[in-house]
Amino acid sequence: MNPKRLEAGQVIDGFTLEQPLPPGGMASFWRVSRPGTDMPMLMKIPLMRRGEDPITIVGFEVEQMILARLTGPHVPRFVAAGDFEQPYIVMEFIAGRPVKSFLDNTPLPPAQVADIGARIAFALHDLHRQHVIHLDLKPSNVILRDDGEAVLIDFGLSRHDQLPDLVAEEFDDPVGTGPYVAPEQVLRDRGDPRSDIFALGVILYFLATGERPFGEPQRAAEWRRRLWRDPVPPRRRNEKIPPWLQEIILHCLEVDPGERYATAAQLAFDLQHPEQVVLTARAERRERDGWPTVLMRRLRTPKRLPPRDRTLSGLLAGAPIVLAAIDLAPEGAELREALAVAVRRVLTTSPGARLACVNVLKTSRIMVDPETDAHGRNLHLQRLIELKRWTRALPIAAERVTYHVIEAVDPAAALVDYARHTRIDHIVIGARGSSPVRRLLGSVSAKVVAEAPCTVTVVRLRQEPGAAASG
Amino acid sequence: MRIALMSDVHGNREAFAACLEHAAENGIDRYVFLGDYAGYGADPGWVIDTVGDHVGRGAIALLGNHDAAVLGTSVGMNPVAADAIDWTRGQLDERQRRFLADLPLSVEDDDRLYVHSSAFEPDAWHYVTDLYAASRSLMATQAHATFCGHTHVPALFHMSRTGKFASFDPVERVEIPLTPQRRWLAVLGSVGQPRDRDPAACYAILDDAAYALTYMRVPYDIERAARKILDAGLPAMLAARLFDGY
Repeated sequence: MNPKRLEAGQVIDGFTLEQPLPPGGMASFWRVSRPGTDMPMLMKIPLMRRGEDPITIVGFEVEQMILARLTGPHVPRFVAAGDFEQPYIVMEFIAGRPVKSFLDNTPLPPAQVADIGARIAFALHDLHRQHVIHLDLKPSNVILRDDGEAVLIDFGLSRHDQLPDLVAEEFDDPVGTGPYVAPEQVLRDRGDPRSDIFALGVILYFLATGERPFGEPQRAAEWRRRLWRDPVPPRRRNEKIPPWLQEIILHCLEVDPGERYATAAQLAFDLQHPEQVVLTARAERRERDGWPTVLMRRLRTPKRLPPRDRTLSGLLAGAPIVLAAIDLAPEGAELREALAVAVRRVLTTSPGARLACVNVLKTSRIMVDPETDAHGRNLHLQRLIELKRWTRALPIAAERVTYHVIEAVDPAAALVDYARHTRIDHIVIGARGSSPVRRLLGSVSAKVVAEAPCTVTVVRLRQEPGAAASG
Repeated sequence: MRIALMSDVHGNREAFAACLEHAAENGIDRYVFLGDYAGYGADPGWVIDTVGDHVGRGAIALLGNHDAAVLGTSVGMNPVAADAIDWTRGQLDERQRRFLADLPLSVEDDDRLYVHSSAFEPDAWHYVTDLYAASRSLMATQAHATFCGHTHVPALFHMSRTGKFASFDPVERVEIPLTPQRRWLAVLGSVGQPRDRDPAACYAILDDAAYALTYMRVPYDIERAARKILDAGLPAMLAARLFDGY
């Protein structure tokens, strides 16, 4: 089908072409309508130049395959696809602002970079949970909806973990977009979700400094350079970048995927909690590595990677964000110990886990609460100190633990909100003994179990038969 | 239309009954049986009668190499398989033998081809276990999708319009769209004697509206099927291998 022949008013399989949109590199786009469908829709029609360009054909086939099974707010809703005689995809038209449009105003303030980054990271995590790695993440492939949610588009080079990888089978050379492609993609590994985290690191670098960390290499042969040559540290390009943001960006841009954030949710967590980012040597880096180091890296660069033994869902399952809800009341010491035992079990089986220790400081609805206790100590600070002490025997590195004291009138609602907002995978919470009053009023743990968006483990001290339940 | 595709039952009544029940719960409109009802298992007669009942209601059934061997000679088979064939001959009555004798080697159904072994020389019983064998089958037919059995190992091969061949290990219960842009060859695995180290019975469902193929694994009463093999005096390894799925 020759796209030039399409005209407004033409009907394809029940869809009326309303208005042409600016074409992309491999497809033309039309706003379309269909009686009975209110959702704004877009038809994507591949540009078949000179007959059959394999990347266009296979990319279109892959996008049809993958988009049709994706759901949720972070992808355009799939409506219909046309087959080989009349190839097209109809999907939701996303009103909003492409991240590409922010590039005109770079460098952006760090808070805005973190905000955009966290939104994209949440979208990526949602995609990864649906077994898909994007593999062509770049500013033109992300749109921020008017409500702020990031939407990922263009799945022509994507990989579904449980479906045939048609792209890998068609092309012998690595595919992707030069500035954003991850080192392992250059080595033709298309199975690692952390490739998307690398690409997001490139976007963050670009937004924060106004420059691309690896320039704009055109030929795939030049892409290899990023396997050994580290980028100029962002703070060197823009001194207004705070150490925490450089830490996050360079953490994303590690050459070895194992050194990057394990999941996009963990990256989003850091972008949401700048004050809790543990600074390493990355944060202070002012120069690129010297030539001897770079030369050594170049000599050690493998030609190819060993085959992987973990699936995408296995990788995500091994790196959850665990929330421990800790009650610091003096009479709860025994329960806190039991909670630590339960958290230890979770951490032992999930080596990539992060732990968020949360205590809720209950406030009253009407009164202004005192900020200090009877001894004049700052309540907030005191609680952070106690939370830290609680984690001292847990099998997890300090940089993977964060501490949060949340002030709230309704502790259960606050915990559920926090878990939803930060994409917590697993909540571990203690339940005080049962009693008639507690059953009547409802306990915090029961409400969390009922409303949490994730797995909840409730820890309760064993009660001996006949022993009086405490309130 | 939803089509259940089952191959290599090999006289395993328990596995076959479990798959038929599973399929019935999954809204199946048509059944296709891809051969090898006999050999190895203790209930060839029941399996053949059950397939015959389905054929009477519109199902498609093909001939497999073990079925052909029951009717003719077991030349070229390994001793254990040949023992099982000899035993099976004594189990079948004339009506069951006539049913097998009338089965076709392959059937074309719309843009699909069903065959027991390979679209390339179906009567030579080639095994589609690798890309080379798959490419010969894919080149031997114009069908959009070919479905076969014979190897007892589920696999999915495909050929792009540029002539690239590739293979894929299907993941159970995941719908795989058989896209119109390429040609597909689905090896179905075995209902009655899986050999991919998963002892659960294997079959697949094709939804021809979405043109999506889904491999299913169905656990069944292996102990009972194995006990019957031993009680029938068939080689003990035929019972043992059911537990390992190998």
